This record gives sequence, structure tokens and C-alpha cells, in this order.
Amino acid sequence: MLKPAFPTMRAKAIACAAAAILLLAGAWPAAAEPIKIGFGMALTGGLAGNGKAALIAIQIWAEEVNAKGGLLGRPVQLVYYDDQTNPATVPGIYTKLLDIDNVDLVISGYGTNLQAPAMPIIMQHGMTFIGLFGLAVNDQFHYDRFFQMQPNGPDAKHALSQGFLEAAMTAKPTPKTLAIVGADAEYPQVALAGARDVAKKLGLKIVYDSSYPPSTVDYTPIVRSIQATSPDAVFVASYPPDTAGIIRAAHEIGLKTTVFGGGMIGLQFASLKQQFGPLLNGIVYYELYAPEPTMTFPGITEFLRTYQPRAAAAGADALGFYLPPYAYGGMQILGQAVEATQSLDQKKIAEYIHATTFKTVVGDVRFGRDGEWVEPRIVYVQERGITGNDLEQFKKPGKEVIVYPGEYKSGEIEAPYSDIKH
Amino acid sequence: MATSLDLLLGAVVAGILLGGFYAAVTVGVSISFGMLDIVNIAHPAFIILGSYIAYIVNTRFGLDPILTSIIVAPAFYALGAAVYQVYHLVFERRGDESLRGLAFFFGLLFITEVALILVFGVDYRFVDAAYIGTTLHYGPIDLPLRMLVPFVCSLALLAGLQLFLSRSFIGRAIMAVSQDRLALQLMSANPARIKRIAFALSIATAGVAGAFLIIIQPVEPSIGRDYIGRVFAICVMGGLGSFPGMLMAALLLGVVESITATFYGPSWSPAVAFGFLLLTLAFRPSGIMGR
Repeated sequence: MLKPAFPTMRAKAIACAAAAILLLAGAWPAAAEPIKIGFGMALTGGLAGNGKAALIAIQIWAEEVNAKGGLLGRPVQLVYYDDQTNPATVPGIYTKLLDIDNVDLVISGYGTNLQAPAMPIIMQHGMTFIGLFGLAVNDQFHYDRFFQMQPNGPDAKHALSQGFLEAAMTAKPTPKTLAIVGADAEYPQVALAGARDVAKKLGLKIVYDSSYPPSTVDYTPIVRSIQATSPDAVFVASYPPDTAGIIRAAHEIGLKTTVFGGGMIGLQFASLKQQFGPLLNGIVYYELYAPEPTMTFPGITEFLRTYQPRAAAAGADALGFYLPPYAYGGMQILGQAVEATQSLDQKKIAEYIHATTFKTVVGDVRFGRDGEWVEPRIVYVQERGITGNDLEQFKKPGKEVIVYPGEYKSGEIEAPYSDIKH
Repeated sequence: MATSLDLLLGAVVAGILLGGFYAAVTVGVSISFGMLDIVNIAHPAFIILGSYIAYIVNTRFGLDPILTSIIVAPAFYALGAAVYQVYHLVFERRGDESLRGLAFFFGLLFITEVALILVFGVDYRFVDAAYIGTTLHYGPIDLPLRMLVPFVCSLALLAGLQLFLSRSFIGRAIMAVSQDRLALQLMSANPARIKRIAFALSIATAGVAGAFLIIIQPVEPSIGRDYIGRVFAICVMGGLGSFPGMLMAALLLGVVESITATFYGPSWSPAVAFGFLLLTLAFRPSGIMGR
């Protein structure tokens, strides 16, 4: 005679409870416990404009991943704090993320100054770290688990001016003389130093080479001096307020030159594009993405379609051509690495990222020495046919024609600037 | 290619236009610091506040920034009166105005900046007006209306204030309080009330200068700090409390900056301009028209 499996009702109840616990222990935590991704982000302070845009992009990625079932079958949870654009807050934020919040993965905040202070803590914990728009952050640390989402390539100093000057040399008539001008600040000075080297290599004679204090109010004397040297090309390395001042001055005095533009920060953002509208026609400046047929990376259109209404509602950059695709692309790389290694082991993830070319919304990405991109992907665009101040026109192809590099070129440079401008 | 004479003419005209704007920015400090001995280093923050109000009204209702600043001038006047009342009750009356008063205005500067950042973010803001983008050309001279309109309005503002100070009873009382507070009390006038009116006037001018600023260049909440050095330098160079002296100093600074930027490189502009300040103080310590 077979013995009953559970001789008493009490034994049966205990067995049922044990089975339930085992079931829960075996299946539920794995399905419900999220993979935590931690970061600090500039949501207030000087870099908040871009920080908010980056956060929206990261949130979009997390929502999309969770809608598809998460990573490793677990949902993704973002744990982030406002670094207030203050480097002093960064060590505290990453210590809390790693030691108290026990996040599984970390990414950086926006900008060089907010990445570098996190590095010692990240290295101490052996975490893989994806940086967002930092300049040479890993040059001193040489940390082999650091990866930078910024398409400067290994030689940022020259990459910034090379595109402009090589594109300028294709203009008719071919420029022979060059004026360079920029603010007395770190980025413009690096860009100007690069421009001097590239100009020498291309045989361009520099006829005006000067810088101005960032507190300059009126740029007409500067542009008038540039005009007095009659340069064939004018390369400007500027921050948003000086970019605005120089463009206005160029129109006010009627700057006559073949090619005008350069590393002008500010023109990448919706607010300045909208404000200047037709004043941008003919200017050649760097972008990281332009809605041209040659830059239709897989997923970029869908991403921007999701991003743009959310950014407009949140008061962030309403076009999102500059930083947001790169923030989203960085998350794609991290997600793909976790899925491919089927692990949260930081060493395995870093080794995989080093060895792989990733397909992202900003194109194929491969990392080289110190985690920088192997190839630069800065494009130079020339504004064409802008009428009025409607922001929608900038979303259409043909308005920001890519004139450099050849790989993404969507049109030839039009010159002279003086004719297009008017 | 432009000749040196053309360049010089252009630089002088650009400098004069710039100087007119500097005068509008400085006139408030000339009243508070030059006449009342109140070191209001929050003045640039009130200017930026004026810029943002002009921006809001311009983007929502399309109203001209300068017209907006005139309409909201009474509100700025009231704000100035309230700020002075707090300053007077908490610091001046107790004789604590030197260091603690300075800290008070520092606090106001930061609070205003942070409030603007929280409300508007850190993006640069612009305004639209029919005259922005138009330039009048007379031979080698270019007159961008973006600079010319604030210049003309600035001169009108200064002329109005000068008339008010020299012809009206309150104006004369303000001049008197800057010279001899005790004598004013003996004439049975209340110095605190006169100072409140004068300080309120200085803040009202900041609102107007803010409208000029956002016409000339894009504005973000902390951009006012760029002007602190220039504003106090012009005030001292012109002679404390002297409007004509302040205007001359502002025009001189603008022209020197512009000529230096044109002929010797823009990086030298601040150094040469402040060199002029040192020279003025060395040979005429009371300023160009100081007593």
C-alpha cells in the first residue's frame, strides 16, 4: 500500500508553503528586481539646458528597453541625482550611487568637469563608465573601462577646424587667406591653435589672428578689423553669446568673404537657430547630426520623433540634434554589452565594448585608446534657404547641407558667403 | 580694403554707441553708489531682471522691449523702494551698512540669479523688434539700429534724470543728501525718505537698462556679472554722483575699447580701458567731473 505523501494536513500545509516560497525565490526576484543604472546629471546650473535634454534621451531609452522586457529579463531603473553643474557634488553622488543605492551600472553626467571628479571613485569600484561629452577625461587616468560618447576622435584639437578648412578649400574661388578669431577661453583657444596648424598644412595664409575677452559687448569693431584684411575665409571659435554677437556684426557691417563660420557653439541649439533664422544662411559650422539623407542612421528618426515633443514640453533643446542622440546612443551601447555578455560583470562588459563596433542611432561606434572614438564624426553643415523663424524648417533635409566629411556629404559648399547672406 | 581713417571713424562711432549703453547701465550705480554711498553690487541682477521682463512681454505680446521697460518702470521703482527700506531698517539705521550691507546686496544678486535660473533655465534669451537687424550706412560709418536706438534712449534717460535732479525739489534734496545729510535734516527733510526715492529711481533705471541689454545681446541669468567691474569703473572715473562726468567716462571707455579692438586686438580692450581709469585716478582722483 502506498503511503500518502503528506500523512497529516499540517505536513501538507507546510509543504505547500515551502513550494510557494521556493517558487517565489526561484522566479519572482529575477523577474522583478530591477537593474539599477546610476548617474549624476546637470539639472540645474550652467549646463542644465543640455543636462535636461540628456536626461530625456536616457529616460526614453529606459522606457523603450522596459517595454521590450528589460535587460537580462529584468526591468531597468534609473537612479539619478542633480549635480547642479557643480563638480564638488560629483564624488558624493557616485559614492552614494555605488555604496548606498548599490547600482549595477553607472554612466556619467554631461561635460568634462562633471566626469573627471567621478573617475577615482569609479576606478576604485572597478565599474565600466560611459562618459557623455567630456574632453580628454581619460588622458590622465588611462582607465581601461572608460568610454567616451563624443565624436571628436583621438585628435580633438585639429578635428574641430579640419572639417571647416577642408570644406572651405572646395569653395570657388579657392580661398588663399584666412582670418581666425575666438574667445579668450579654453575651447576657443584649443580650436584656434588647431586651425593654425591645419591652415599651414593647407597652404592658407593667416591674415588676421586674434582673440577677444568673453565679456565683449559689441563685436562690430572686431568684424570690421577682420573685413579690413579682406580674408577669403573666416574661422570663428566662439561660445553662444559671442556667436550671436559676431553673426549680427557680420550682417550689420556687410562682411565680404568667401566662407564664414567655424566652431561656433550655440548654432547647434534650437533657441539660437530659431532666433537667427535667415541670418544663418551661408554660415558653415559644425554639427554632430543633421537631418540629411546621408545621416539616416538606424533609429535616429524614431528617436527624434519621440524626443522632440517631450523636450519642447520640458523646456529642453527642442530639436535635439546635438547631445540627446549621443546620450541615447551611449545607453544603447551599454544595453547591447549587457545583453551580449549576459552579465553585469564590469570586466566582461568593458572587454566587450572594447572589442565591438556598435550599431547606434548616431551610427557605428567603435572605441579606441583611452575610450575615445576611433574615428571623428564631426560634420560641417552650411545653412541654406532658411526663411523666417519657424523651427520646423530645421527638421527638414536641405536646410543644413553637410559639406564635410565626404562620407556624409549631402551637397557642395556654396560661395561666396557675401552673396548667399544677402 | 578699408583705409585706416575709415576704420578709425567706424571704431569711434561704434565706441560712442557702446558708451551710450554703458552710461544707461551705470546711471543707477551713479545714483546709489555715487550719491547715496550704497554699494549696490546687485545692480546688474536688477538689470538682468529687466531684460527678462522685456523678454517675456516681447515673446508673449510682441511689445517693444524699451516700451515694456517704461511701462514696468513703476514696478521697478516700488521694488527699489522696498529693497532700500529693508536695507535701511536692518543695516543703515544700525550703522552696519558697510560690510553687512555689502553681504546683503551679494545675497540679493545670487537670489535673483538663482530665481531666474529656476524659472527660465540657463538658455540665452533674445527679443525681436523691428529695428534689430537694420543698419544705416553713411560712407564708412555703419549705424546698427540695435546699438543706435539704445544709445538715443540712453541719452534721453540721462537728460531726463539730470533735469529732474537739478530742477525739482526732490531732485535737489537727493543732491543735498549726497552732500550733507545733517544739513538736509536741519531743513526738516527726512534723509531716509529722500534716499529711498533716489534708490528706487536707480532700480527703475536698471529695468530700462535691462531692455537695452537684451536688444544688444542675448541674455542669460548670470551675464550681469560681466558688467560689475565696468559699471563701478565708469562711475568712479566720471566723478561720483556726476551724470555728465559719468556719461563722458562711459563714452571714453566705449571709444577706447572699440579703437583698441579695431587696431590692437580685442584682448587688449579691457586692459587699455582700465588703464585709462588708473590714469584718470592718478591725475584727477575725484574723477573727470568730480568735486
